[in-house]
Amino acid sequence: MATGIKDKVAIIGMGCSRFGERWDLGTDGLLAEAFDEALTDAGIGRKQIDAAWTGSCFDRINVGNSAIPAATSLRLDGIPVSRMENMCATGTEALRGAAYAVAAGAVDIALAIGSEKLKDTGYGGLPVQTKGTFNDLWLAMGSAPAGFAQLAAGYRSRHNISKEDLKRAIAHVSWKSHQNGVKSPKAHLRKAVPMDTILNAPMIAEPLGLFDCCGVSDGAAAAIVTTPEIARALGKKDLVTIKAVQLSISSGIESTTNQWDGSYVRNTRNAAAKAYKEAGITEPREQLSLIEVHDCFSITELVTMEDLYLSKEGRAVNDVLDGFYDAEGQVPCQIDGGLKCFGHPVGASGLRMIYEVYNQLLGRAGERQLPDVNMGLTHNLGGVPYLGIAAIAILGRMN
Amino acid sequence: MTRGIIAWGGYLPRLRLERSAIAATHAWMAPSLKGLAKGRRAYCSWDEDAVTMAVEAARACLGDRDRRSLTKLQLASTTVPFADLQSSAIVAAALRLNHQIQAMDIGGSHRAGLATLSAALRDSAGETLVIASERLGARPASTQEMQYGAGAAAFLLGEKNIAAELIGSASATSLLVDHFRAAGVAHDYFWEERWVRDEGYSKIGGAAVKRALADAGVAGPKVTHFVFPAPIRGVSEAVAKVAGIAPTAVASALDADGGFTGAAHSLLMLANVLDCAAPNDVIVAVGFGQGSDVIVLRATEAIVTARPARTIADGQAHGVSVSAYGQMASFYGEIDLEWGMRAERDTKTALTEQYRSADQVIGFVAGQCGSCGQIQFPQLTYCVSCHASASGFAQVPLAEQNSKVLTYTADSLMYYPAPPLYIGFVQFDNGARLLMEFVDVTADTFDVGKRLRMRFRIKEKDVTRGYIRYFWKAAPVD
Repeated sequence: MATGIKDKVAIIGMGCSRFGERWDLGTDGLLAEAFDEALTDAGIGRKQIDAAWTGSCFDRINVGNSAIPAATSLRLDGIPVSRMENMCATGTEALRGAAYAVAAGAVDIALAIGSEKLKDTGYGGLPVQTKGTFNDLWLAMGSAPAGFAQLAAGYRSRHNISKEDLKRAIAHVSWKSHQNGVKSPKAHLRKAVPMDTILNAPMIAEPLGLFDCCGVSDGAAAAIVTTPEIARALGKKDLVTIKAVQLSISSGIESTTNQWDGSYVRNTRNAAAKAYKEAGITEPREQLSLIEVHDCFSITELVTMEDLYLSKEGRAVNDVLDGFYDAEGQVPCQIDGGLKCFGHPVGASGLRMIYEVYNQLLGRAGERQLPDVNMGLTHNLGGVPYLGIAAIAILGRMN
Repeated sequence: MTRGIIAWGGYLPRLRLERSAIAATHAWMAPSLKGLAKGRRAYCSWDEDAVTMAVEAARACLGDRDRRSLTKLQLASTTVPFADLQSSAIVAAALRLNHQIQAMDIGGSHRAGLATLSAALRDSAGETLVIASERLGARPASTQEMQYGAGAAAFLLGEKNIAAELIGSASATSLLVDHFRAAGVAHDYFWEERWVRDEGYSKIGGAAVKRALADAGVAGPKVTHFVFPAPIRGVSEAVAKVAGIAPTAVASALDADGGFTGAAHSLLMLANVLDCAAPNDVIVAVGFGQGSDVIVLRATEAIVTARPARTIADGQAHGVSVSAYGQMASFYGEIDLEWGMRAERDTKTALTEQYRSADQVIGFVAGQCGSCGQIQFPQLTYCVSCHASASGFAQVPLAEQNSKVLTYTADSLMYYPAPPLYIGFVQFDNGARLLMEFVDVTADTFDVGKRLRMRFRIKEKDVTRGYIRYFWKAAPVD
């Protein structure tokens, strides 16, 4: 009978490149930047890594498919290296692979590393997909903002919220992240932005304006994992362990039946319930010290507060505007700036979220350090709300 | 055995360019266009063409009739997108007609529509659907650019429940080249209008009309409605005079708010006439192009009840004014705009995949699970709700089903030839649901809950290879 992942895997080292428009480095250099920091943090050498899981999403503009590009960049010679991809949830997927290998006792030390080089695309925004995951013979093909903007129509219709009130709430989400980004040295965007600028920004996909959408960035992030026993043998004292990793993927219910009303992300709710159970969390609003969620778009973050069972149904607008999720609030969200300001190099994002929670648990978050950090949650979405993936991880201290 | 028209229907595109906008654009070099600058001309949206309009006209004609009894489908046009790929087969798939029908594409001149209708009435048997559809292009600053429109009309023919019976006909073939357009070329080359009117329409057309009336045993003054299509003003009146038909019988050219539609125009004008005809009306309809085809019809008692739910006048009334000349020019490929890097997409179609899914996709057919009743599109191997095998699915066509908007957004980021792209979930009353493009949207009245109807449109153009794929989109019910 399976007993879950709780406390079976410790993170002994992490690294994160500076995210941004890294004209100076290709994927090779970005991977190395994150990898070097992780090795130093773990206090091990490359040869002690028994297996690796690498994540990247877009194989047509930078890394390429299979594990060969990453293994070559990092000179991981003769060991199992696997490339993971689950759209924007790729980073968490890489961690999950490495964690399971260690928990299964198949390997002693494993590496999870994610990267993306979006600024080789040639324009702002995600590279255009041609024949891809979705059947373009019949499926309407919109942009990523369009996929998530529909949540706004669904949410306001279900909860009878005016367009203006919802616009103000989602603007606050972005405003708050920009305030946090100022204190985040590796973040892509580090300037505060006034509410007026956010509210009046050009429209991208109604009602999402320019500041409701995360930009595109280059970056890489890495984690080195092992068992708590091996971690202690390596001299680690304050162990950060994985309490839960859970995924939920759409099978067609949201997009093909009338069981979903368009106002929330079903996969997040499924994954959150399973993750809380795995981690032993019964009161998430009280027990979570911080959260890093998938704010690809401001509306996504807003509905995620309800999908994570932190805000009651229809109350996210109120909680957001009350500052419940601000840096000084009860459950700070995106303390490092989130996707919005830290950036969203797709394959790396899930691991960047883990990086912040890890550093907060170890008291290393500098200006951003929160008091009394016990458990943090990361939430990583791939695809679109109705045809997608939700990946949730919870980290804490070894009991 | 008497043969005639059982039902009919038409389609006019919603977009109407103010002719004054065209004239103003070219005023600097063609100030005389001002003389033609009244009213509006219809033009196709980026995702409409002769094929999509043919489907819409056929839907208007067929209504909720059982389509399985159709044995023939004939599509007349000089502007179907393919020289070698039967457009009538695409139309047949969209209409979900049975796979045993005979389908034919007919072209060659503006006469093709009426010629097809005439032949199908005279020389054929069985339930036949005749459609004429046209999306004429015109060189910027030409007279044609002012005169031309776009549209389609469809006629269901048979031997039972006839609303208008064929009582006479005539044909003439003569190498008078009033205009021409070589294969693969976008624009027509016209000779002098005065010559075309005097030597062409009046002499050749007039003579053919007289012979048709003789064949029908009807005298000119007894004609109630006279359909003579021409892009030039005054021609129908001139030919009526030659044939002894009263000027009051001359049918509307549909040019004030529409425009000339080539091979489709005789049929579009005829549909408009039939929409208002009374029992025993005598109708003469003509097609012209290297000769002439003429048919004489008599309306029966059934003419009133046979009217389509949506008339040509309804279609005219729902036009939307556009004053941006650039939009029509872009949609018709007269100007090549900078769409940016996001437009660089390879939209190659796997023809194998398209064939396997044609009935489901082009026909827009959902499956109803035999175990749990869930109606679902697309139909994959297992039921989306209860996971039962799809082999137990009943087929449920969605094109005529009622639906509404569940979610939507206006996407200004995605490359789209008519930005913004309206996209969102369509919730069918029967429980099916899918993400679709919305078209014909009026921004201020569009929201969650808006009732919708389905439209057959171009889904994607593969400009590299010259292929087009089609699918259905959702439009607000007016």
